Amino acid sequence: MNKEPNIICRCEDVTVEQVRELLQKGYTHFEDLKRQLRVGMGPCQGQNCQEMIRREIATFLGVSIEDVPTHTVRPLIIGVPLEAIKAAKKR
Amino acid sequence: MIANILIIGSGISGVAIAYHLAHKGVKDIVVIDQSYMTSGATGRCGAGVRQQWATKANCMMAKRSIEFFHDAATILDYADDIEFKQEGYLILATDQEEHEQFTHNVRLQNSLDIPSRQLSVSEARNIVPHLNPEAFVSATFCPTDGHLNPFKMTDAYYQAAKRLGVTFLFFETVRSISIESGRIEKVITSKRTILTHHVVNASGGYACEVGKMAGIDIPVYSENHEILVTEPIEKIQGPMVMSFKKNIYCQQVPHGSFLMGRSTPDQVQGHDISSSWQFLEAMAETVCEILPVIGKLRVVRQWGGSYNMSPDRQPIICEAPNLQGYTMACGFSGHGFMFAPMTGVLISEIILKEPPTLDVSLYHIDRFKKHMMDDIEKSVV
Repeated sequence: MNKEPNIICRCEDVTVEQVRELLQKGYTHFEDLKRQLRVGMGPCQGQNCQEMIRREIATFLGVSIEDVPTHTVRPLIIGVPLEAIKAAKKR
Repeated sequence: MIANILIIGSGISGVAIAYHLAHKGVKDIVVIDQSYMTSGATGRCGAGVRQQWATKANCMMAKRSIEFFHDAATILDYADDIEFKQEGYLILATDQEEHEQFTHNVRLQNSLDIPSRQLSVSEARNIVPHLNPEAFVSATFCPTDGHLNPFKMTDAYYQAAKRLGVTFLFFETVRSISIESGRIEKVITSKRTILTHHVVNASGGYACEVGKMAGIDIPVYSENHEILVTEPIEKIQGPMVMSFKKNIYCQQVPHGSFLMGRSTPDQVQGHDISSSWQFLEAMAETVCEILPVIGKLRVVRQWGGSYNMSPDRQPIICEAPNLQGYTMACGFSGHGFMFAPMTGVLISEIILKEPPTLDVSLYHIDRFKKHMMDDIEKSVV
């Protein structure tokens, strides 16, 4: 396998090695990883990394990926500038 | 399972209490949480830490806690970064009434060795140049206020407590507390029975319910406070900017994002922590008025979290008057994160019957028995 660090979360530059290190330390819930590494907190809100990270958790725990909870999906769906939100209110 | 002390809640208060007790040599401490660590208010908070309060009780908690945060990574031997930044809080007075209240506040703060001071509009803009000068009449600034990462700070306490032998139970819910002949005997959870004579209620938004389990009426309730975060940019703002009358706090965190929140007028009581478009609109309007340049930033995410409100907006930290062995740390009214180091110290002193670091009568639940509360905190968003 490629010896270079492998980026798993492109928004926050988190590597799969960092994810695996935390899994080893017992941070095995997506929400734990999110809070320690910021995976899923960037502009894409986990849309790119979530499935890969759930697969890492499933592999580590020896469970099926369906049994790994997803992270909490929050608004907004895409980033919107604050002044655009303000302007839309006036209409 | 047998626990010498069972702490309910693995937010910042619970882990701080666990650490301080374990550090003083208490064995068989168990911390239980219905979800993952920081799943409640701690993981949802704005994570600012300030000493600019209108009451002595809050000033004292805050000052000693910030002194701990300053050295926390060393004290707790934490290998990661708690991201503590000490670049102050700039609190805006938006009319003459607030200006006069702040003059009074600064006098109180200075008397407690908190280095706050009042600033003119132009002095405030020297510190935060993108402030709209039309939006305020004066400001107060305390350079030793700041911000730190709530997940990392909780993790630092958690790791230190674990090294000292504390047991953590996650995704396990407390169902009931059994009391026999006026003494706590056991706690029933969703997974087991824990034999214990000592329970600490550090359950944040659920403090009232965890009180009722032991027949204790704690005069607190929870309400949803919403918050949002923007995309990260290069650093342009050092301090937290805050206004009570405009109802906003707004800070650029070391990561580069801006965090901002406000309270919802006439919010209903309860455990709802959902997000609303009404908050988003009001927040956008307020921040565009006070800090216009921030309006260019994209909102990445919004969420809500519980403030556990006490009648005078100050914490309740004491042993229950009618039930020996039941201690509580609740009612922080939105400020449990920034007070947590002192919460941990005080609860450990109360349980171990040590001389208290601060005058704990200020935080005792019995203060609400008086007809008139002496001192209600007004400096709250």
